[in-house]
Amino acid sequence: MLVVACIKQVPDTTQVKIDPVTGTLIREGVPFIMNPFDTHALEEALRLKDKYGFRVAAITMGPPNSTLTLRKALSLGADEVVLLSDRAFGGADTLATSRVLAEAVKKLGEKEEVVMVICGKQTIDGDTAQVGPGIATRLRYPQLTLVDQIKSVDVNTKKMIARRKLEGHHEIVEVKLPVVITVVREINKPRYPTVPMRLSSEDMPVTTWDNKTMHLDETTIGLKGSPTRVNRIFSPERVKGEIIGDGLKNPEEAAALLANKLVERDIIHL
Amino acid sequence: MEISNWIFLAILAVALIAFVWSCRNKFRLLALGKPEDRSGSGLKRVWNVFVYPLLQRCAVNPFYRFGINHAILFWCFLVLLLANGEFLIHGVLPGATFAAMPNGLYFTLAFAFDIVSILALLAVLLAVSRRLFFPPKYIQARSKDAFIILGMIATLMIAFFGSHSAEIALGEVTAAKYMPVSNWIANTFMGATAESTLEIVKNVFWWLHAIVLLSFLNYLPYSKHMHILTSIPNVYLRNLTGSTSPKREEFKKGNTFGVGKVNDFTWKNLLDAYSCTECGRCSDNCPATKTDKPLNPRLVIHDIKVNLLKNGPQIVDGKPVMLPLIAPHHEGSIEEDVIWDCTTCGACVAVCPVFIEQFPRIIDMRRHLVETEGKFPEELLGFFENMEQRSNPWGITPGDRAKWATGLDVKMFEAGKTEYLLYVGCFGSFDARAKHVTVAIARVLDAAGVSWGILGKDEKCCGDSLRRLGNEYIFEQMAKDNLKTFQAKGVTKIITECPHCFTALKDDYAQYGVKLEVIHHTEFINNLIKEGKLKLNPADLGKTVFHDSCYLGRYNNIYQAPRETVKAATGKAVVEMDRNLERGFCCGAGGGRMWLEESRGKRINIERTEEALKKQPRTICVSCPYCMTMFEDGLKDKNADKDVQVLDIAEVVVKALKK
Repeated sequence: MLVVACIKQVPDTTQVKIDPVTGTLIREGVPFIMNPFDTHALEEALRLKDKYGFRVAAITMGPPNSTLTLRKALSLGADEVVLLSDRAFGGADTLATSRVLAEAVKKLGEKEEVVMVICGKQTIDGDTAQVGPGIATRLRYPQLTLVDQIKSVDVNTKKMIARRKLEGHHEIVEVKLPVVITVVREINKPRYPTVPMRLSSEDMPVTTWDNKTMHLDETTIGLKGSPTRVNRIFSPERVKGEIIGDGLKNPEEAAALLANKLVERDIIHL
Repeated sequence: MEISNWIFLAILAVALIAFVWSCRNKFRLLALGKPEDRSGSGLKRVWNVFVYPLLQRCAVNPFYRFGINHAILFWCFLVLLLANGEFLIHGVLPGATFAAMPNGLYFTLAFAFDIVSILALLAVLLAVSRRLFFPPKYIQARSKDAFIILGMIATLMIAFFGSHSAEIALGEVTAAKYMPVSNWIANTFMGATAESTLEIVKNVFWWLHAIVLLSFLNYLPYSKHMHILTSIPNVYLRNLTGSTSPKREEFKKGNTFGVGKVNDFTWKNLLDAYSCTECGRCSDNCPATKTDKPLNPRLVIHDIKVNLLKNGPQIVDGKPVMLPLIAPHHEGSIEEDVIWDCTTCGACVAVCPVFIEQFPRIIDMRRHLVETEGKFPEELLGFFENMEQRSNPWGITPGDRAKWATGLDVKMFEAGKTEYLLYVGCFGSFDARAKHVTVAIARVLDAAGVSWGILGKDEKCCGDSLRRLGNEYIFEQMAKDNLKTFQAKGVTKIITECPHCFTALKDDYAQYGVKLEVIHHTEFINNLIKEGKLKLNPADLGKTVFHDSCYLGRYNNIYQAPRETVKAATGKAVVEMDRNLERGFCCGAGGGRMWLEESRGKRINIERTEEALKKQPRTICVSCPYCMTMFEDGLKDKNADKDVQVLDIAEVVVKALKK
């Protein structure tokens, strides 16, 4: 039985600078990392592997250099990794991306029963949080977003109980397998690759599936299959705020004034 | 030979066989250790054995004055080896005795044995009273083991006097008048005793001596006094490289990484464990032990020994081991907390009388935890990821490395155009306070007309913290990356700002076959002053204490350069803290502790700051960015940061630079 972790290689946005002239991101020289939320998705898949003996597949759609992130997944304990890479997949929005990923999950399911697909709740570059639910929709699997705890998985009755972290409260849900879940950071603490794992993963293959393997209708994927149109990217202009008190001369008074304002506007409660 | 000789021969044979058997059982376990080369430098090694054990340089130490008592006992022991050798042979062959030698020689020996025996008895009594009435805090002074051995030695001496004075009273000893103590006892207490009683007294004491001596021999291998057998070889085999840098690991599939079980240590590490005398000096100088943390270096070594004795025979027989090496507290196991408490300050190694290498064993076990198990305190995960991805502890953009130089005229290193590389390091590049130090160094170098440059964004972290935290795998990547950069840019002469970078570049990188000329800014600036290249006007910094950085002092023996520099720059000698030079107390940040929470015991930097404040300084002078941070935090904590400033050596010099 297979757990599929969907991971994405993203530019390290903490390192990204914005071109002051054009207002666009300077991508040059920015290191790539595994999307931080996806590290928790992969970790949860690995924990299910440790606990229930599932196999873990990590998949990503992206340019050929995404193998770096898949190699990291192998060094952490993924059993197999698949890179979905083809020019035809490029320029995809969340709809087209979820189509390719869902098809890849189906393809993996031909060899081995898939019990769960785990995604991070969102990526730090796109921040849409749409791909996970998109995969569930394409696969016709139930979906649980924002999971912060998997309480139990029962492969006999094909049921799982998980907890979702919602605003101000939790929701505990029983769901039928197979399921797509998206996870929040609080779900776990990712492990660190051990040296023996790093060394043994060096020889493990990274499978690449292009569209010759996937046979997807090119009008449904990539740029052609993406209805989203980007009109303009811009940094929101910062509106000058109100200066309250004099923090240098009298920090206590300034802090008290600030606290009062926040209470007045119902932002904090004392 | 009479019947009693035959009986003694039988007992002696059993005792000797038992002793050899015990030794064999113990020493064969050393072969379980991994190989390690400690050959070469034979003459130097013999000299060390002469100076340390034979002249007792090991025990005698101005801070441990009682060591002189050990020296006296040791020298007595050497002389009495002769006496006891004769005693054993004489017990089997009545004719074989020193009394059969020419009178001059015999009388001299008899005199020596008599005097030495009373000295040994007094030394033992002193040792017992010390343990009973004024026990040092850093050892379990009232240990059963210690009293058993001291009791045995005292009994041996009493038996010696008992049997010899009875012999004298019987008129059997020609050397009687050369044996003042025995003779006095014979004359004072045995003058009127019947001959038959004297015979009994003589025999009782003789047999008491014989039994206790052979028991002593057989007790040794099972007690801390095993060091009598192992410490001299241990001194002979000491590390002579002058570097305590961890060894490289070979990253090949199938290898083990670090030490997770006792037979992953090398045979020399295991011999170390057998050599511990339980003197407690390492504990007394360990910053973790002194601030009530679980780590006690003596107990680490003790636990390794207990683990070996317990598991060794199982391993020899190919059976599974009984006792895990790293596990929650149990004698023979070492707790993870203990392993993470170490600052690798090196005080334990520096102070050990028998050259045991305590803290490197902790790094061995950290390697196992990090590399094989992926287990370490939570806060290190971010640190490791930052290091791996961005080559600095905080995960700051590598491109910002040269930001400190904004607005300054700093050149990029270019072979042929610049002579020295200033290797700034992560603190000097990114830390707000340390950046001032970097600027100060730049000003001093420029004032002296030194030709220098930096690598800017091409500089990577040296990897010191990673290595000392046991993450050798990533350290190696960094070392190789840096060396590649040095090679590509033609860097051969390097000035470092941080003593940790200094040690890493100089000693750790040398393990990769690259010899770099590395100098720490403290020494470099001191040389500039000596060569007259810096014109200084003594600056008034008030009372200035100097804190020895472990990685400059103990690691690299640089003690005088910073002191001379402060003197040149302020016109006054530094005020010394109570613990200084080789005994300097760590700031608490080394060994990767900078990146770990310090939740157990008192904070080390508070302890050290309090020690500095005792001298009522206006300035605390440091030579390391870690120490700088720890003192500044300590001063804030003690509410003393308004009255006391922390300055790096370079900043002290800048204040004295003639405008």
